[in-house]
Amino acid sequence: MAEMPYIDLEKCDSCGACIEICKCQAIVMINNIITIIETDECGWCIECESICSPGAISCAFEIVFGD
Amino acid sequence: MAIDIEIFKQVAYFTGFASAELEEAAKLFFEQSLKRGAIIALEGDPVDNLYIVASGVVKLFKTSAEGKEQIIYLVYAGQSFNDVPVIDNLPNPASAQAMSPVDLYGIGNVDMHALLDKYPQAQKNATDLLAERIRNLSLLVEDLSFKHVIGRVAGILLKYAGDGAGPKPRLTQQDMAAMAGTAREVVGRSLKILEVDGAIKMNRHRIVISNKKALENMVEMAA
Repeated sequence: MAEMPYIDLEKCDSCGACIEICKCQAIVMINNIITIIETDECGWCIECESICSPGAISCAFEIVFGD
Repeated sequence: MAIDIEIFKQVAYFTGFASAELEEAAKLFFEQSLKRGAIIALEGDPVDNLYIVASGVVKLFKTSAEGKEQIIYLVYAGQSFNDVPVIDNLPNPASAQAMSPVDLYGIGNVDMHALLDKYPQAQKNATDLLAERIRNLSLLVEDLSFKHVIGRVAGILLKYAGDGAGPKPRLTQQDMAAMAGTAREVVGRSLKILEVDGAIKMNRHRIVISNKKALENMVEMAA
């Protein structure tokens, strides 16, 4: 299962800016609710997090030591 | 959710407590569960309770008049927050927010003071805890004052890299910016520079530290 950005729907004001900026169509509007679709195409560019004014979207990084 | 005594064994205040004393102390606590993003305490507000994190992660932060956030430290399971305002009965010096769903054990100010009065060991442990907090705050001041931003970001990556010793929180670039005392865009550029230098690899939602020594060297460089 692909890791995907997290959206806090209580903060989301459904402005749709994230949908416009997403290059991989991972964010859509379903029944007037912003929804993030699981896809391997998401490159974690974090543009959706950057453009989200209410801070509803977060793209958290896992930090690990390499082998 | 039942109070887990195993959590209390990790709490600094209860170092050296016998099992029976832990059981007695635990009776003073109440449980509270909060979802990710919940504000638990606000900077400048009076404080009613000291909290222990049973599960999840809580961030302690200060906010400037312009809304810029500076993370002071993160609180993990077995650690406490709101200690200072409960002890000195003054307004909270920092805000607290759940970074994940959290389970908390809380104790009221009066009960906490009674506990400290009853157990001299708890008082000594409180002194040790506050000394450690002051030392860590001194290191934060040193980082913010004397280290350049790439070094601060490198330090954050080293500090929060998972090493199997325990769960580490995932951090957004905004979290890293709030820890490093800078803007999110600057963190983004710093990560790119570290990647170009070969110290890290950005692998989608993973930051892989590929050259730990290079990152450590970056931390040591002064501004």
